[in-house]
Amino acid sequence: MLELQNLVKTFNPGTPNEVRALRGVTLTLERGSFLIIIGTNGSGKSTLLNAVAGTFLVDSGGITLANQNITKLPEHRRARLIGRVFQNPFSGTAPSMTIAENLALAARRGQPRGLGWALNPKLRQQIRDRIRSLNMGLEDRIDNAIGSLSGGQRQALTLLMASWLKPDLLLLDEHTAALDPKSADQVIRLTHEIIQRDHLTTLMVTHSMQQAVHLGDRIIMMHRGQVLHDLQGAERARVRPEDLLNRFEAVRRREQLDAGVAEMLQSNYI
Amino acid sequence: MTLLIGAATIGLILALLALGVYLSFRIFNFPDITADGSVTLGAAVASILLVHQWSPLEATLAGFLAGVIAGTLTGVLHTKFKINGLLSGILVMTALYSVNLHVMGKSNIPLLNETTFADQAESFGSAFLGGDKSEFLLAGWTVGVRDASMLAGVFLVVLAVGLVLYLFFRTNLGTSMRATGDNPQMICALGVSVDFIIILGLALSNGLIALSGALLAQYQGFADVQMGIGMVVWGLASVIIGEALVGSKKIGLLITGAVMGSVLFRLLVAIALRWGLNPNDLKLITALFVFAALVTPALLRKLRPAVKPSAT
Repeated sequence: MLELQNLVKTFNPGTPNEVRALRGVTLTLERGSFLIIIGTNGSGKSTLLNAVAGTFLVDSGGITLANQNITKLPEHRRARLIGRVFQNPFSGTAPSMTIAENLALAARRGQPRGLGWALNPKLRQQIRDRIRSLNMGLEDRIDNAIGSLSGGQRQALTLLMASWLKPDLLLLDEHTAALDPKSADQVIRLTHEIIQRDHLTTLMVTHSMQQAVHLGDRIIMMHRGQVLHDLQGAERARVRPEDLLNRFEAVRRREQLDAGVAEMLQSNYI
Repeated sequence: MTLLIGAATIGLILALLALGVYLSFRIFNFPDITADGSVTLGAAVASILLVHQWSPLEATLAGFLAGVIAGTLTGVLHTKFKINGLLSGILVMTALYSVNLHVMGKSNIPLLNETTFADQAESFGSAFLGGDKSEFLLAGWTVGVRDASMLAGVFLVVLAVGLVLYLFFRTNLGTSMRATGDNPQMICALGVSVDFIIILGLALSNGLIALSGALLAQYQGFADVQMGIGMVVWGLASVIIGEALVGSKKIGLLITGAVMGSVLFRLLVAIALRWGLNPNDLKLITALFVFAALVTPALLRKLRPAVKPSAT
């Protein structure tokens, strides 16, 4: 379904700010699987998501999605296959436009846009019905500007927009990190419902070990632009939040050791 | 009365400019300076074609298309060559100065002997009034048929353009355009090429601005290579007044507001000139006005205690 072949990406190459964000990531994802990506800050998990989404082109490696090689496709042309929810709840919607207009835009994701009316009574009814299923009381406010809603409401709507046309791949980039706990719970429940209902192939980045353990059927842990652990099947079924935290701790200890060794080498040889 | 009608007519003609500026500045948040050049370009192209005996309709449409090309250039410079938006506009505007001189062949084209939009409006007007009078009485005022017909003609053009623009913003393409200005990241993730939409929007914007120039030249009876100077600021002033007038974010009201703002601003200027304002100070005062309009909202927010929007 999704195949990542040895992805490499270096930002600002040849400058003091050089960051080797992806150092050869290879990953195969089956149709309908729900992969959780965890990792420390700067481990490359968001970069991996953006590489798949096409925010930038990778330096080398290949990306195949739904039997199409999308490695060189610009971001807006990948949108036909990919639905996305961003970390910032303000990133996924156009604030000065109405709820209905935003959803109408999403209802044509990746399709040509001509001079037909964006909204018609049938689409409005569909929008109202789907928004009613969120149980947020927004179905009577579809002509209000989306900017007047809270972060949680906007993130729920973004999720609805990303999944309106069932995408071949759903990308969730820490989409609850900026929300208060109650809204985060609500959005996570909705995420679970939508993915279950439509059997969406999903990549989700998260900082929450709880979410990592309770959602998804496979967990990868990234470190320094590479996949460090890949938990699936029976191993994934046994894993508890503490186990994941222990693995983070192990990484941290090794990091410190690395730093200490580097310092020793420096004092001895320079 | 003639003064009022004249001011209203120019106000309506410049309302097209205001709509173009609204499109680039407000929809895209793109400071498009090309406008100064494309007003003149529209006037130059329309005038030279009128001199070559084209019909006013064809000449005016050609002026519009010339503006579309200018806007496309600015858009391409900005999106494909990654040049800063303000600088792209300045480059095209500067280049247009020479282009305009080449199109016109000299720095000023008089249109006194050509059949213009104004003449056509006048002949329609006198036919409508059923006579060959040159003026008539309206509520006790003597009104020139030519002036009144031109006003009515321009009003119809602005009405049509405003309506088309309003309807366009409700289509799939139009909503994508609004979303591009509002949140480019989001619309890109939904499969719209932000570059393409910006080029299209700037083309449309400058087309309207050139249309305004083409009509202005025909109304005042000449095209001049200097006529575009400061037009961006003029359009921006109209848009700002319009926003204050309607006090709403609804697209239809904002379009109406920009038109009303342009007419009102022109009337104010006419009155100020009548009261003895030195015409040389006009651009200075326009710039000061836009400055005041830009900083006042922020100042008011500082003075007033912040009111938080209710989160539901």
